[in-house]
Amino acid sequence: MSVYEIIRFAFRGLFTNRLRTFLTVLGITIGVASVIILLAVGNGSSKAIQSSLDRLGTNSLQVRSGGNGFGFRARASANSQKPLTILDTVALTDKTQAPDIKQVAPIVSTNGTCVVGSNTSTPSTFYGTWPAYYQASNTSIQSGSYFTNDDVTQSRRVALIGQTTATALFGTESPIGQTMRCSGIQFTVIGLTAKKGASGFQDGDSLVLIPITTMENTITGNQALSSILVEATKSTTTTAAQNELTTILDARHGISGSKSADFSVFNQASLLTTASTSSQTFTTLLGMVAAISLLVGGIGITNIMLVTVIERTREIGIRKAIGAPKGAILSQFLIEATILSLLGGILGVVVGLIGSHFTIVGTKPVIVPASVFLAFGVSILIGVFFGGYPAQRAASLRPIEALRHE
Amino acid sequence: MAVDSAEAEQAAEAVDSVVDQQPVIEVRDAVKRYGVGDASIFALDGVSLTIQPGEYVAIMGPSGSGKSTLMNILGALDDMTSGEYFLDGIEISSMDESHLSIVRGRKIGFIFQSFNLIPRTTAIANVELPMAYQGVKPKERRERALVALDVVGLGDRINHEPTELSGGQQQRVAVARALATRPALLLADEPTGALDSKSTADLLDLFDQINAAGRTVVVITHELDVAHRAKRIIRMRDGKIVGDELNKERVA
Ligand SMILES: Nc1ncnc2c1ncn2[C@@H]1O[C@H](COP(=O)(O)OP(=O)(O)O)[C@@H](O)[C@H]1O
Ligand SMILES: [Mg+2]
Repeated sequence: MSVYEIIRFAFRGLFTNRLRTFLTVLGITIGVASVIILLAVGNGSSKAIQSSLDRLGTNSLQVRSGGNGFGFRARASANSQKPLTILDTVALTDKTQAPDIKQVAPIVSTNGTCVVGSNTSTPSTFYGTWPAYYQASNTSIQSGSYFTNDDVTQSRRVALIGQTTATALFGTESPIGQTMRCSGIQFTVIGLTAKKGASGFQDGDSLVLIPITTMENTITGNQALSSILVEATKSTTTTAAQNELTTILDARHGISGSKSADFSVFNQASLLTTASTSSQTFTTLLGMVAAISLLVGGIGITNIMLVTVIERTREIGIRKAIGAPKGAILSQFLIEATILSLLGGILGVVVGLIGSHFTIVGTKPVIVPASVFLAFGVSILIGVFFGGYPAQRAASLRPIEALRHE
Repeated sequence: MAVDSAEAEQAAEAVDSVVDQQPVIEVRDAVKRYGVGDASIFALDGVSLTIQPGEYVAIMGPSGSGKSTLMNILGALDDMTSGEYFLDGIEISSMDESHLSIVRGRKIGFIFQSFNLIPRTTAIANVELPMAYQGVKPKERRERALVALDVVGLGDRINHEPTELSGGQQQRVAVARALATRPALLLADEPTGALDSKSTADLLDLFDQINAAGRTVVVITHELDVAHRAKRIIRMRDGKIVGDELNKERVA
């Protein structure tokens, strides 16, 4: 009996048992597709975290008052703390002492509510700063203009606002040139910042930026800074920049020997490491879910294969009784199983690849090539093994035993 | 394939090259025991039997007397606990599975009470199947299957599936399947058990024809009128042969 003939028998077997064929293929398809899609979602979200961190800028450092942060230098002592000042900021711009620092922006932060008519908005970020802030924080203008050094020296009442704030206060109207009242002070909006998106839990577009002098003179009324934003010359020099600024501030604040620092430095690069570690954990978890779904799919296939071989044991008995060699029967069942799992595997890959083009729970999936091969390979192994093994068992029976099977 | 084709040819030749006047069936002291210890029963309890080529034998006996057990052993579908079985002079009792499949395919046509057609498969495909396993070329196979279906009177039903055929028609497909391989021996275990009287009569006429053409036929039956068409009647009880005589109505 020729191989061609046996392949024809296998196809006939699949065709005469259409429902079983359909269910098995469906099971494999779902298993393979879900592995590919789940891993793509995990991978996509970790890519998204990566790129949003990249957008934040990996070459920026933040200096905050007080040593009790989770940052680089967490050695606070309660007494003799000196606040960060504008003079500290200016000291950091010294190119000889700090060659790796590109620019520095002081920040005075406050909480306030802005009002336009009956519209109100409480920006999650309400900063007084100066123009160096734009580049150091990757903030750009979509329409209108930036406030300038002149605006800062003149302490003008002008503001840049983010898109969330603009929508809340002005709806669909252009905010440029309009006035708003924040913390009781009237400001003219001169610029609308480009969309930043959410970073972490914060909406980057719920934003109001005003000149630092205006903030100090009209709202906060003191000279202490909330933080200093420092931009290193390159992402590779952030550590050097960090060391330089620490040396300068240590000297200015009289920190030496056993006296602990009264400021802390936050490094975006180390934040990045933390974030990508947690996104790896997320991907691993999704991978485990995917593996479980492949396993469950595999059990489903096994089940269908076992049930049908039991159902077909009588048929195997008939075939043996009329002179079918064991090898011919086994080959037929193995080829059937191979066709089923190949078909299911290929469909699963197709569905997985198509499914990965859609945005799933806010994440753009990015396919992990290895997952395609893994899912495809595993599904075929499962199909062939569990299609072949019970057939091997049935084909080894004496015909009369197989025929007695009810 | 498990069976190497050269080996298969050799075995087939060995089976074919036997001198004529040898018995088709020779069983010596066959024992079939089910279960172990006190609970065991002897389905066959020392059966010896010789059948010559061209005989038409009916095996009768009450239910549970071991008829089917004997028939399954004769058809190489089951093994025995002890004893010897020669088919056309070839010892079957010591053969391995790969050679047994050749014997089943070439030497024996087996007809079951419950037809045992492959479900959801047309009559012609069912008849062709044993020849396919023997390696008969598709064209020849189809011709022989058509002839066999014609002989059993189903030339107009070749593309019907088992569920589209009556019991009598299904049994005739099974006979066609058994005949198409041109076996030396036709074995039938209560072939009319599930048939009405008209179908029974048709089938018995068919068996007469087959036997008249020189084939050895062995039929198990409950029914006296079926047994009386045979030339020799063997009676069984409790796994033993208790009677073996020529049918005087049919043999001069
Ligand atoms: N697979 C089996 N397991 C145990 N006992 C069996 C089996 N097959 C048949 N028997 C027993 O063997 C005896 C002979 O059975 P069988 O040959 O089918 O009888 P008959 O065909 O004459 O009615 C019976 O007692 C039956 O119960
Ligand atoms: Mg019986």
